[in-house]
Amino acid sequence: MSLKVDGDLARSFGLTDDEYGKVLAIMGRTPSLTELGIFSVMWSEHCSYKSSRMHLRTLPTKAPWVIHGPGENAGVIDIGDGLAAVFKMESHNHPSFIEPYQGAATGVGGILRDVFTMGARPVANLNALRFGSPKNADTRRVVDGVVRGIGGYGNCIGVPTVGGEVNFHPSFNGNPLVNAMTVGIAQKDRIFLSAAAGVGNPVVYVGSKTGRDGIHGATMSSAEFDEESSSKRPTVQVGDPFTEKLLVEACLELMATDAVISIQDMGAAGLTSSAVEMASKGEVGIDLDLDHVPQREANMLAYEMMLSESQERMLMVLRPDRTEVARKIFEKWELDFAIVGHLTDSGRITVRHNGRVEADIPLGPLADEAPVYDRPTVYEEPPALLTAPSDPAGIEGALRTLIASPDLASRAWIWNQYDSSVGGQTLKHPGAADAAIIRVEGTKRGLAMTTDCTPRYGQADPYVGGLQAVVEAWRNLTATGAKPLAMTDNLNFGSPENPRIMGQFVRVIKGLGDAGRALDFPIVSGNVSLYNETRSDTGLTTAIQPSPVIGGVGVLDDIATAVGMAMPEQGELLLIGETWGELGQSLWLREVCGREEGAPPRVDLAAEKRNGDFIREHIQKGVVAACHDVSDGGLLVAVAEMAMVSGVGCRLEANPSGVSPHAYWFGEDQARYVVATTQADHLLKAAEDAGVPVRRLGQIGGEQIHIPVGMQLDVKELRELNSAFFPDLMGEG
Amino acid sequence: MKVGIVVFPGTNRERDMVQALTLATGRAPKLVWHQEESVTGLDLVVLPGGFSFGDYLRSGAMAAHSPIMTAVRRFAEQGGYVLGVCNGFQILTEAQLLPGALLRNAGMRFLSQDCHLKVEGKENIFTHGWAKGDVFRAPLAHGDGNYTAAPEMLDRLEGEGRVAFRYCRDDGYIQHDDAQINLNGSARSIAGVLSENRRVCGMMPHPENLTDPALGGTDGMPLFKGIVESLST
Repeated sequence: MSLKVDGDLARSFGLTDDEYGKVLAIMGRTPSLTELGIFSVMWSEHCSYKSSRMHLRTLPTKAPWVIHGPGENAGVIDIGDGLAAVFKMESHNHPSFIEPYQGAATGVGGILRDVFTMGARPVANLNALRFGSPKNADTRRVVDGVVRGIGGYGNCIGVPTVGGEVNFHPSFNGNPLVNAMTVGIAQKDRIFLSAAAGVGNPVVYVGSKTGRDGIHGATMSSAEFDEESSSKRPTVQVGDPFTEKLLVEACLELMATDAVISIQDMGAAGLTSSAVEMASKGEVGIDLDLDHVPQREANMLAYEMMLSESQERMLMVLRPDRTEVARKIFEKWELDFAIVGHLTDSGRITVRHNGRVEADIPLGPLADEAPVYDRPTVYEEPPALLTAPSDPAGIEGALRTLIASPDLASRAWIWNQYDSSVGGQTLKHPGAADAAIIRVEGTKRGLAMTTDCTPRYGQADPYVGGLQAVVEAWRNLTATGAKPLAMTDNLNFGSPENPRIMGQFVRVIKGLGDAGRALDFPIVSGNVSLYNETRSDTGLTTAIQPSPVIGGVGVLDDIATAVGMAMPEQGELLLIGETWGELGQSLWLREVCGREEGAPPRVDLAAEKRNGDFIREHIQKGVVAACHDVSDGGLLVAVAEMAMVSGVGCRLEANPSGVSPHAYWFGEDQARYVVATTQADHLLKAAEDAGVPVRRLGQIGGEQIHIPVGMQLDVKELRELNSAFFPDLMGEG
Repeated sequence: MKVGIVVFPGTNRERDMVQALTLATGRAPKLVWHQEESVTGLDLVVLPGGFSFGDYLRSGAMAAHSPIMTAVRRFAEQGGYVLGVCNGFQILTEAQLLPGALLRNAGMRFLSQDCHLKVEGKENIFTHGWAKGDVFRAPLAHGDGNYTAAPEMLDRLEGEGRVAFRYCRDDGYIQHDDAQINLNGSARSIAGVLSENRRVCGMMPHPENLTDPALGGTDGMPLFKGIVESLST
């Protein structure tokens, strides 16, 4: 490749003219091809967070139990017993549209590496998926590939996939979202970080060989989609979960010794970003000799090796007297192990290949002086509250429609392709509770985990969308009895160069921050995915609905106290929280009336905290037999979901006066939980004493859901309605 | 009772098996790396689940040629007890320690869900903890679990009482051509088989994942308790 390095080439690498000017100023000369490649990936939106960084700084990231917040490979929190939970979520949206199987699979592989890089054994995977309209001809291909890819990677590596969420909307037609989350457990005093230390210490490469795959993947993720995108297929990497399994075991075996000084996985921008991050965090220099890099293909250029995104690779700085110990471990696991350089005191990254210096860049300006943009914003006025629409379908008709609709239909078709039990610690499998629960091996403690986001709320009012994603995650953890500890966020938006989108982003961040602060629920790690839009051949651009996905983690001191959604055979149902009947942006309005209108339901952070703390306290006291938060679809859908899980029906009381039946049963008012209990009187009194709104919903029992006026529906029939969507969509019905 | 669990590169359910066997026997089993060449001193060898060598060839095909398998074969020939679960079952068929083969699931998708099994075998240590005809729940998680063998071999397995477990409904009803019951499409709903001397057993579902009362049930425990009881008398 003999490309002339100039402004045109820089532009084709995704650098603006200003940014290229900055490169020239830093270098004091025309950069080499390799140097230009390094600048372009390090300064891509994906690696530099240049549009989001100044806003992310406003998020709450601290709490007494936070050990490491944002800035490391993953967030780390104290979960007691000398242990830490290590977790993060990351997007692989763009590759998953181009090549769904490998895009999703390598998304899982990448987030797993972020977690075991820190010394944690991965114990659970979750995900959040957004697909286009089920009516779109391409949706089936994407769903099939993404689900197979997530399963293919997670099942093989042996980390249970325990939870997730899926929505469909036309705004994701050409740009699905694949957000993958991994949770790991480590000894809290054995956390490994990426800052390199010790001038002269060896820099070691382990894992798979380097090939030409994924070159400029990070740059691709930083541009919107157009009709040319499928020609970018070679930028998608291919995953090898078997090699990653070996890498997990080898790394954890090595980390049990005292050999590792620092370690960093090679994710986006591969060798470049791992070497640059380790050296600049450690304030040292790094000298790499690419002749020693294990290579899968012949005659690779320095430029290609530095930008390759071949999967399943790690870079480490080792104690020089322990390199042979380390080499033996990697040889046992039949993985490549190569000393590819050493640390220097130069403050520069120097890359040699075939005896020539191919790159020599000062690290300070490259990493810390990467561009930061305060992009212009336009804030759109949120819509007004919806004036109550009339009911066109009746209660039973609407429930039938809703329960069969894409966003509420049973996800069993998906879960049943993910191994959720491997590891032998899973207590609450997908669908059994509002959050997945795994036991912390060797203890009676549990981790509760969930992913949540309601993009349609964020589309209508980004601030409320931000608030609501946080409170729903917090509620889902609470509804199992867990104490919510911290979250990871995955912020999926359109182009930040569009002031309207940038306005959405800023308002969502404000919502996330306000909710996190109010609930003492800090954000300890995260990922930003911008440019999620599609340009059609007519030049029209469609952005996705703003999707700030929250991955929440909570802890249970004793898993014996955890509850799920399944109702007991008898007892009473209570509703905790206030109901006004807010139908704006509800699924009822969209699925039954065909309208996407109005303001999303209000979020009252004080009510969330009060009601949630009450629920958690009483689950832990053993007064609650089952609990489910009220979210998508409203109250009757929540009750129906509990009935379908347990196979038990209930006789519900009529709606209270002052709220019309459809608004009562299908409104999506927040801060609410449905509780099944055999000690209703006790719970009612406790709620009244605590100032928590509570209401008797009805009696558990029978095989039907019964409402005095308007409905009598077999739970068995509900299950059938609920389970048809995915098999039908996939042509397997 | 001394148990060894063989670990191949890509094995991923060895920790689950350690947990179940520790609960059943009161002592932690030994992990045996696939490159070891001996299994002497063991009462039971377990080949656990996973994706040995990534299962990039046929499932279990590479592992069947690991050094440890020479020792396992000798162990079995000398009357040693061997249990293979999931990938372990696939390895045992590839190593021809058990008849038949495991094909891609009939629905062509990975399956992870609970199934029910009917105990069919008797006079062997693996079903000793149940009575013939008992039904129990077990999680399954596999892509290649569709058991097949030549019709004469299937007849022989049935005739000789070497079908250990069959897929069934929660009430014990068996229907070979019902994908809701015989989930992966196995020939004659076979979920587990025994060797001629009944000392080698392979099965696809994972009883080891249902052995701890704190994690939702102990349906799988009779497998391990039955083995312990048989081997310690």
